[in-house]
Amino acid sequence: MTNDWEEIYQRAKEKWEALEASPIHIRIGTPTCGRAAGALDTLKEFREKLEKEGIQGQITEVGCMGLCFAEPLVIISKPEIGLPPICYRNVTYQEVKRLVDGFILGDDPCLELALGTLDLTEDAAPYIPEMLRFEIEERLVLRNCGYIDPQDIDHYIARGGYLSLRKALGMSPEQIIDEVSKAGLRGRGGAGFPTGRKWDLCRSTKNEMKYIICNADEGDPGAFMDRVVLESDPHSMIEGMIIAAYAVGAYEGFIYTRMEYPLVLDRLEQALMQAREYGLLGEDIFGSGFSFDIETVAGAGAFVCGEETAMIASIEGRRGMPRPRPPYPAEYGLNGEPTVVDNVKTLALVARIMGTGAKGFRSIGTPSSPGTAVFALAGRIEQIGLVEVPMGTTLRQVIFDVGGGVPEGRELKAIQIGGPAGGCVGKEALDLPVDFDSFKAAGAIMGSGGMIVLDENNCMVETARFFLDFLAREECGKCIMGRLGIKQLSLILEEIVRGNGREEDLNLLEEISKDLAEGALCNLGRTAPNPILTTLRYFRDEYEAHIKEKRCPALVCKDLIAYYILPERCERGCEHCVLTCPTEAIVSDEKTRTKRIQQDKCVKCGTCLEICPPEYNAVIKVSPPDRIKELEAKIGG
Amino acid sequence: MDFSIDGKKVKAKKGEKILWAALDAGIEIPHLCAIREAENAWGACRLCFVEIEGRGVVTSCTEPVGEGMMVHTDTERVQRLRKRAMELILADHPMECKTCPKRGDCELLKWMKFLKVKVPKNLRPFPKERLEPDESHPLFVLDPNKCILCGKCIWVCKEKIRADVLDFAYRGYNMRISTFLGKPIAQSPCIGCGECVKVCPVGALYFKDKEEIKEV
Ligand SMILES: Cc1cc2nc3c(=O)[nH]c(=O)nc-3n(C[C@H](O)[C@H](O)[C@H](O)COP(=O)(O)O)c2cc1C
Ligand code: SF4
Ligand code: SF4
Ligand code: SF4
Ligand code: SF4
Ligand code: FES
Ligand code: FES
Repeated sequence: MTNDWEEIYQRAKEKWEALEASPIHIRIGTPTCGRAAGALDTLKEFREKLEKEGIQGQITEVGCMGLCFAEPLVIISKPEIGLPPICYRNVTYQEVKRLVDGFILGDDPCLELALGTLDLTEDAAPYIPEMLRFEIEERLVLRNCGYIDPQDIDHYIARGGYLSLRKALGMSPEQIIDEVSKAGLRGRGGAGFPTGRKWDLCRSTKNEMKYIICNADEGDPGAFMDRVVLESDPHSMIEGMIIAAYAVGAYEGFIYTRMEYPLVLDRLEQALMQAREYGLLGEDIFGSGFSFDIETVAGAGAFVCGEETAMIASIEGRRGMPRPRPPYPAEYGLNGEPTVVDNVKTLALVARIMGTGAKGFRSIGTPSSPGTAVFALAGRIEQIGLVEVPMGTTLRQVIFDVGGGVPEGRELKAIQIGGPAGGCVGKEALDLPVDFDSFKAAGAIMGSGGMIVLDENNCMVETARFFLDFLAREECGKCIMGRLGIKQLSLILEEIVRGNGREEDLNLLEEISKDLAEGALCNLGRTAPNPILTTLRYFRDEYEAHIKEKRCPALVCKDLIAYYILPERCERGCEHCVLTCPTEAIVSDEKTRTKRIQQDKCVKCGTCLEICPPEYNAVIKVSPPDRIKELEAKIGG
Repeated sequence: MDFSIDGKKVKAKKGEKILWAALDAGIEIPHLCAIREAENAWGACRLCFVEIEGRGVVTSCTEPVGEGMMVHTDTERVQRLRKRAMELILADHPMECKTCPKRGDCELLKWMKFLKVKVPKNLRPFPKERLEPDESHPLFVLDPNKCILCGKCIWVCKEKIRADVLDFAYRGYNMRISTFLGKPIAQSPCIGCGECVKVCPVGALYFKDKEEIKEV
């Protein structure tokens, strides 16, 4: 096998070099996000166009660079013009003709469609110097994403893939665990537990049988970090997983993902097969005598199945419910045997650590949280997508410099971090460095990397209600604190946003939250109060406005607002709102022709506010609804 | 192994869970879901909290005893958490004790009194949906409305009798106990052993004829 490796490596390198040297090389991102934006049509159009024009060009399907706002993303290299590859944004199939005629056949680089030129960092990760975000980003996990063909193991190998595994198999398991511990690697699945310590615990048990599981469940609504990694660069995780297996002494591994991720499953199966063909999985890997293989498991997609003991139950074919820990899976896991459960990004980082060494890894990030953090940016933010920044970068940098800030000049109000059971921190936390400990101190959790930006149009009580409602539906139902406690919290919040809040509710929310945090069986129940506790900490005045004044300051909660037409702004000749209101609630004054909403007929759908032409902008929301009376009285008098 | 509960010296085998050691020593700890013979502790009812000095609050049914451990059953945190769990159960339970077939030996009422907890008034009413009791079996009735989801019936039927008739269905607040595909028990592989009825702490599983209890 070792002799074959040289051959495999050489062949992969030549293949890659030939690709890089090709006169025209088009990379098209076709992960799930690209597909949703129409990347497959773009791909088809490029293929047909090249064929029709008889152009000798290479097309590679790549994964996601994290620039989801710019999908479909296309990178075109044309070495002869003396420019680095150019990265184009939002290339739908209609734009293909322009690019082919302009840039491929002609010499107009179509810069109006470009995000910038693509370069490589010292570490050979692609970056776009024109974009500020790439100055701040540091790509360890996402190094290959969007740059290589995830369906071709040779691409991964040509860029140094599986060399870490080769190196690791020449070391003793203890040395590997020591290196990972020295690197200070902490689990990227949420809690930030030291990976080396977990491995050591598993390794030191005497059992014959041990397992390793890659947690790729990713049940957080809006999160897609792990999906992107597995769709764009599956081998980076697989390589880390083999190293981990060797370190802890496991012969069998499982990748637990969800049925809703069909492309992930496809790409994993293909990647595993290719790894087996090259002898990187299976019997006697790299001639080391170590044998190990991996199976994929598709769960039915409940959020609670991301919890490690529930996941193990699910793999065993039982209902996905957590069980009390200790014993921890590292001692008593799958089929009762010691089992290590690691997140996708954790494993991808393992491969990097073995490559660069613990010291190289530690040079990035902070002393207590070395390395990088991957976030999925979503919500009210300009550049939705994935980012990877060194730990210690401030939230302000992530949101404004990397994410482009809040659109339409609105003001940032809060940042929701850590998934549904994470927390919302206010503006005052913008200078917080991103790392496990600072987030915890601010009341939030790192979670597995969701980051949702909220602006002035988000109601924080409603936000808390939304997450508690999600958790109440997604928790397993096993323990009383989880089943009834989370439900009770969500019922209280529901009443508050409906205007039925009671003064004592704030106290009750805090007390039940405290009891859940201490008394629930699993971490779902223990962390479920976070959305409440953090919004109460940073936005207590909003709760008070809802309860005491029946007022929603953000004008979101339906029962606490009313729509009103400002007569002085309403245009006599216009009837837009009258015609679109689904309940015919809007009437026109016979004399003045200004419109008025009959409140008893209004269902608060907001259509009139949207339809009213911006030059009039006559429809407003008010809260509490009683304010209408004041406004009408003013006109009357 | 020697340790103490509320200052009283207690002895127990290695690996024994605190709950059983305490009960053996005559110290009461409320519990509704624990089964002594079960290989793995279940930990669902959240009533059996105790506090270990230097460790914090744990559920006593899941925590093995340790040499020299100092366990307390009456600290502020223990009381608060036990009370919370009990209040939540009561707020969700149809309190029809007067007509309940379990009247007299209902464990829920027993621990409710022990904890001096009343049906809470400050909580919001749970949106409990009334379900039809399953009266299909000649021997016993399953009334899911009274079920507190302790899981004991499932354990005995699955692990002890190996008939595998009962299991949980649905998630979250809607979780309930069910036969495969929700069929009536009479149409399931139930062998009528009655073991599930005997472990049920509340009036969710009861024999149709009270005499039956003595016979079985
Ligand atoms: C409700 C719940 C959901 C979770 N979901 C995930 C998940 O989707 N992915 C993940 O890696 N870890 C998830 N975790 C954390 C896992 O239980 C476990 O800690 C993690 O996979 C360990 O890997 P790490 O050490 O690499 O972080 C979840 C935990 C809880 C309580
Ligand atoms: S909010 Fe909807 S229902 Fe109410 S007046 Fe406007 S369009 Fe009509
Ligand atoms: S759409 Fe606006 S301007 Fe037009 S009638 Fe309605 S409120 Fe007046
Ligand atoms: S009577 Fe016996 S077999 Fe039937 S459900 Fe109960 S435990 Fe199972
Ligand atoms: S029916 Fe009885 S034993 Fe079964 S889960 Fe419900 S309360 Fe527990
Ligand atoms: S089992 Fe997770 S909170 Fe109850
Ligand atoms: S008896 Fe311990 S949790 Fe139910």
